[in-house]
Amino acid sequence: MRTNDVMLQTATKVVTFIILMFAVHIFFAGHYTPGGGFVGGLLTTSAIVLLMLSFDIATVKKILPINYVTMTAIGLLLALATAAGAIIFDVPFFTHAFGYFDLPLFGKTSLHSAMLFDAGVYLVVVGVTMTIIQTIGEDE
Amino acid sequence: MSFVFLIFLPLLAALFVPLLFKKVGKIHTGWFVLIVPVVLFSYYVSLLPTTIHGGNLVSEFQWIPSLDIAFIAYIDGLSLLFTLLITGIGALVVLYSIFYLDKHREQLHNFYVYLLMFMTAMLGIVQSDHLITLYLFWELTSISSFLLIGYWYTRDRSRFGALKSMMITVFGGLMMLGGFVLLSIMGGTYSIRELIPQATELVSHDFFLWALVLVLFGAFTKSAQFPFYIWLPDAMEAPTPVSAYLHSATMVKAGLYLVARLTPIFAISGTWMWLVTGVGLFTMFWGSFFALKQKDLKGILAFSTVSQLGLIMSLLGTSAAGYHIDNIAETTFKYAGFAAIFHLINHAVFKGSLFMIAGIVDHETGTRDIRKLGGLMSLMPISFTVAVIGAFSMAGLPPFGGFLSKEMFLTAMLSLTEFDLFSMDVWGILFPVVAWLGSIFTFIYSFYFVFHTFAGEHKPDQLPKPAHEAPIGMLVSPVFLALLVVVIFFIPNLIGDWLVKPAVLAMQPFLYSSPEDIKVHVEAWHGFKLEFFMTLGIFAIGFLMFWTLRKWQKSYDLFPDAISLNALYDNMMFLSDTGANRFSRIYMTGFIRSYLVYMFSFVVFIVLGTLFLTDAFAINFTNLAPIGFYEVVILIALVGSTFTILFSKSRLTGIIALGAVGYSVALFFVIFRAPDLALTQLVIETISVALFLLAFYHLPQISRKEERMRFRFGNALVAIGVGTTMTLVALSSLSQKAMPSISEFYKETVYKEAGGGNIVNVILVDYRGFDTLFEIAVLGIAGIGIITMIKLRLTKKEDQHENK
Repeated sequence: MRTNDVMLQTATKVVTFIILMFAVHIFFAGHYTPGGGFVGGLLTTSAIVLLMLSFDIATVKKILPINYVTMTAIGLLLALATAAGAIIFDVPFFTHAFGYFDLPLFGKTSLHSAMLFDAGVYLVVVGVTMTIIQTIGEDE
Repeated sequence: MSFVFLIFLPLLAALFVPLLFKKVGKIHTGWFVLIVPVVLFSYYVSLLPTTIHGGNLVSEFQWIPSLDIAFIAYIDGLSLLFTLLITGIGALVVLYSIFYLDKHREQLHNFYVYLLMFMTAMLGIVQSDHLITLYLFWELTSISSFLLIGYWYTRDRSRFGALKSMMITVFGGLMMLGGFVLLSIMGGTYSIRELIPQATELVSHDFFLWALVLVLFGAFTKSAQFPFYIWLPDAMEAPTPVSAYLHSATMVKAGLYLVARLTPIFAISGTWMWLVTGVGLFTMFWGSFFALKQKDLKGILAFSTVSQLGLIMSLLGTSAAGYHIDNIAETTFKYAGFAAIFHLINHAVFKGSLFMIAGIVDHETGTRDIRKLGGLMSLMPISFTVAVIGAFSMAGLPPFGGFLSKEMFLTAMLSLTEFDLFSMDVWGILFPVVAWLGSIFTFIYSFYFVFHTFAGEHKPDQLPKPAHEAPIGMLVSPVFLALLVVVIFFIPNLIGDWLVKPAVLAMQPFLYSSPEDIKVHVEAWHGFKLEFFMTLGIFAIGFLMFWTLRKWQKSYDLFPDAISLNALYDNMMFLSDTGANRFSRIYMTGFIRSYLVYMFSFVVFIVLGTLFLTDAFAINFTNLAPIGFYEVVILIALVGSTFTILFSKSRLTGIIALGAVGYSVALFFVIFRAPDLALTQLVIETISVALFLLAFYHLPQISRKEERMRFRFGNALVAIGVGTTMTLVALSSLSQKAMPSISEFYKETVYKEAGGGNIVNVILVDYRGFDTLFEIAVLGIAGIGIITMIKLRLTKKEDQHENK
């Protein structure tokens, strides 16, 4: 029993991209203004969930052929590796490094190793929430 | 040379074993493994000249310096003796296993990895000077022996035996850890070397007796003393090379090693002597008595090992008497320590050979049931000879090594009657009597083992395979050991000077300053003394009883199995397994509301209780912000939607109302200027409402009538409790300003030290990065949990199988 939600579907096509862009912004802004990996991840998930609600899971799977379990694993490894990376430089586990660089196009930019860790968090959050929603949603 | 790293050589070699097994399948993997103990043995022999004169060597490397934990290899007479036993017998056992285990049928890569792991663990135990690393290696032997006993893991008995041995030895090990910690609290160090000089001060400490008893738990469980011996007979399910190695020559001797090593610390207490001697002697008698009940060749040997370990244990205990008697050199007590170490060597040699013979008999005839065996003498002449030598040494007959140490054992036990401390003169007479009785049974089971297997009537129809002599390779190790048994008899004083005396020095450093001070000379003939007549008695009565064995052996069946220690163990396992299962079924109702009730009542109990106990409860309204118009509006929405959930008739209404509650809370965050939290809360609410809607079709219809009044009342009580608790906590935390707010610290440091602007995010990824790391790990686990619950769900049929 599936009704034809033309309005919802049309709106979703536009809104999803807005949410995704916002998610990316939120993720990168995280270190200085509200945001970060966790919220960014949740926003991304909500965009995908919106897709799933207006279309259906099979269609979304076709559009985004992502294995979310692998995504979770990659995120965990990334976070752990960022933390462990400190050992190579002979400083205690989890010591972050940061600095300011002049990059072409961006100008003066701060780069922070915490960003990598946050990216791990982002991937885990998207991976796990999507895993949960997908498995429950697909269950007969 | 930093020989501490040699401890890890077997473990390192173990890394290559699976590779060798898979790639070089033509050559038996054992040949490569054999190199390890041989190399180690030759290296350690080169250390002998140092220890012969009482010297020692130390080598260490730091492991966790901040906790003062280091690997310290300490080699003196005692540790070198054990090291040589481990590597020497280890080499022979590996050689034997090459012919015993078939390279095509067996999982050799597993086997040798476990064996090498075990070797490292054993070397670590006997060389560690640091109590914590000693404990580490101690438990590693439990784990590797678990793997080895359960090597044929498809057999129920193997798994049962492996589990049993691990349960008991790990239990003892944990107790021992407690003892070690107490020792370090008392002495301020984990180093055994540094603890020994403090012995006289330690003994008056309150913890001393506790430490003593706890450490003995470890030693007694590992060395299979009464009543913990029950794991050893079941451990015989392991492949025979393992039994020969672990359960006769090495692992079970770890307990003896521990007692010997810690004797200088504990022997000053009379309790130590009482406990070690008493338990040891009783174990010796008990083990020898029940050895005759066994029908399995390895079962007989297992009980005999229990008994012999008891014998050595009792001698170690007796050697402690040296601390309570002046001028030890004048008394017969000087024999006890020497006899203990000497018999330990003898036992490792002859029991190793006997286990190998049992393995050969099993391998060549297909059975170990002594009732089916018999008359193998002419078919397996070499094995028979080895068995006779080993068994006669065990029985204490000349001209074999065991005779000498058995005589010294009797001397030491007799001397206990002269000991007048702790009013032993009354009970003292019991010691030699029990020792004598135990020796008689030792004599009988030694004969029983040999002659019921090799003599008598041959019953080829009962054997699964036609019996014949074993291949040469399999015989090399037992024959070599049997030769050693004879050699020891003829050169006991050489062994004594090289190996035994340095070890005794390590055990009794207060009494002697160098191995030359130990004036013990072993003689096969020591005159017409009481011990000589006791020996004659053992031979005469033992022989008589062996002759009539068939008549009285049946009386063992009178001992009921139902009240044995094994039954006790089985019942305990049953209770902890099935019993716990049944107990959890009572409270695991399957309804999430029951679990919530448990959790919430617990929280209320703990938090409210703590609040009242610590007097943290305070309300102070002075510094609160004023309540504005928006707050009131949101509050009304919040309360309104909460009550809508309570009284909603359909689930859909409930879910939407729940969402409204979440959004209201998010609005609160907005008003109180916490954009981060508001953002997160909003997204979370959106997603969880979506999730609810996804699962909506699967949820049963809401029903408000299923709970009886009594439960409703209980639920209301819990709900009110949680509400009150949270309100009180919130109010109290606002009112109690014992310390300045932590937010100032973050405001100041967040840019300087972490290079960020958003406090919440910096806390998440930097200050409390560990929290976040583990949180996402938990998230990952939750995801996996949901996949397993939904995708890998058991079908009905499998479910029944699972619960069977």
